[in-house]
Amino acid sequence: MFQVRIHGRGGQGVVTSAELLSVAAFAEGRNAQAFPSFGSERMGAPVIAYCRIDDKEIRLREPVAVPDAVVIADPTLLHQVDLFNGLKPDGYIVVNSSRTPEQLGIAEFTNAFPAGHVCCVPATEIALEHIGKPLPNAALLGALAALTGRLRIESVVAAIEDRFSGKVAAGNAAAARACFAAVSSTATSEKTASLA
Amino acid sequence: MLKQIEGSRAVAEAVALCRPEVICAYPITPQTHIVEGLGEMVKTGELEGCEFINVESEFAALSVAIGASAAGARSYTATASQGLLFMAEAVYNASGLGLPIVMTIGNRAIGAPINIWNDQSDSMALRDAGWIQLFAETNQEAADLHVQAFKLAEALSCPVMVCVDGFILTHAYERVEIPTQAQVDAFLPPFEPRQVLDPAEPVSIGAMVGPEAFFEVRFLQHYKHFEALRLIPELAAEFAAVFGREAGGLCRSYRTENAETIVVALGSVNGTIKDVIDGMRDDGYPIGALTISSYRPFPLDEVKSALAHAKRVVVVEKCLSVGAGGIVSADVRKALAGTGIVTHTAVAGLGGRPIPSSSLRTLFERASLGALETVHFLDLNWEIVNREIARMKGQRRSGPTAENILRDLGLGAVTV
Repeated sequence: MFQVRIHGRGGQGVVTSAELLSVAAFAEGRNAQAFPSFGSERMGAPVIAYCRIDDKEIRLREPVAVPDAVVIADPTLLHQVDLFNGLKPDGYIVVNSSRTPEQLGIAEFTNAFPAGHVCCVPATEIALEHIGKPLPNAALLGALAALTGRLRIESVVAAIEDRFSGKVAAGNAAAARACFAAVSSTATSEKTASLA
Repeated sequence: MLKQIEGSRAVAEAVALCRPEVICAYPITPQTHIVEGLGEMVKTGELEGCEFINVESEFAALSVAIGASAAGARSYTATASQGLLFMAEAVYNASGLGLPIVMTIGNRAIGAPINIWNDQSDSMALRDAGWIQLFAETNQEAADLHVQAFKLAEALSCPVMVCVDGFILTHAYERVEIPTQAQVDAFLPPFEPRQVLDPAEPVSIGAMVGPEAFFEVRFLQHYKHFEALRLIPELAAEFAAVFGREAGGLCRSYRTENAETIVVALGSVNGTIKDVIDGMRDDGYPIGALTISSYRPFPLDEVKSALAHAKRVVVVEKCLSVGAGGIVSADVRKALAGTGIVTHTAVAGLGGRPIPSSSLRTLFERASLGALETVHFLDLNWEIVNREIARMKGQRRSGPTAENILRDLGLGAVTV
């Protein structure tokens, strides 16, 4: 089972993000379960959403306590909420930020993870460029797909097109592809660097 | 068609396939997405021949459903929590009048303190109101139970609540096979009311009944529930034949062969329990589970025979009878009266407290060792509880409990 926990704030599309992830996994013929953990139902409040992906029926109904991947849609949560709680030592981290782990003050923690398991991606900026709104949720799924290799970008795009239509679908799909490309190229250069 | 879909949407699509003629809607979390989905389907014309009525309260929602059902329309509504309590008087009226309304409950805690999250206190508060209560384990079952519920309700002229864990199921995206219209039509015949308000043949429904007849009317409701005990397994078998999958029934055993300990529960927590049981079976524990699908009527005989070979039973329940303890376990104890089987109550998940598999494993291991108390409160924070008890003993004006506890937890309660 592959378990993802997504942290963000109300209004960022965190819940939608987990739902889209489950639809993308379903499109690949897998079992998936996405569900939210709402705090207060208001804009700006911390929100957590979860997604489990497996090859067999998923019966477990507890919140994801030991994630394989953590996606952080809002880096201002980094020092407010224990975002990495339970994350597996070989897990993955996606942070929505144009800054580096060093600049965010989390490098000491993230350096313990295997090479190519951590990425910072400016998903909000990419979303603004492609959607015209600061909604990073779909874009972050592109980054997650690239970082983990668990999901094809085509499946992410299919999930987006299943949920949205017209310009919204096109914008979100473009943002997801742009994030996928950005993280893929970083991963390639990192691998090259480690080989050298 | 197999879909990756939100639980609420799956329920809405299943209800729409049942061809309801009147849907009364008043929003309350976590049920709202269901009636929103149905409202959308009526508006787009996807659901034809249905009047969608926005009402001003839950009391009105069920009252309008009562009127519509009495006029011969297949009627549906949905609610949760305080909404169910607000319509409580109408809940008794619907069953007392024998009107086959189907209502979804998106199970949620009851305040105060206000809490939007899942437990099953709301359905439990109305367990004796004469409605049949069916509990869904998964979103597939939630969808399927609605199809069975209309048939069951109309066969008996008795209303049915389909209880679906709020958020955990209503807001979960998972795969659900949505049946075809032809399948549902083959299973569910058009509504043929036992009683109907018809200007051509005037009758009155809802007469005042004195001591000479009230008892008999009430007994006949009880009789209908005995009929339901026979009918529910029949409908589940018929459903399986038409749709090719199991859903509903009275109760279901899981790995109870040679089990010394059997865990009993209602609703979605059964999924987590089954995973825990698989792990414990791998480690040699003789343990199994019993899922109760029909809580009202309560299948005393079936529960007794499913548990008869156990040494002990642990009832995991998302509700609490304050001052008495377990609610479901009281029914289970009634079923096991005279057998000598030890029954434990584990109150869990109140107000949305997560029920982790690790906590369940510890609980079941303790039960297996014979070390579990009669009533256990799973993952209750005793330190916080004891601090508040000390505060109440220490000073007369100790203040509001909920706010004190939030402050103790550092969660920023409003201070004066």
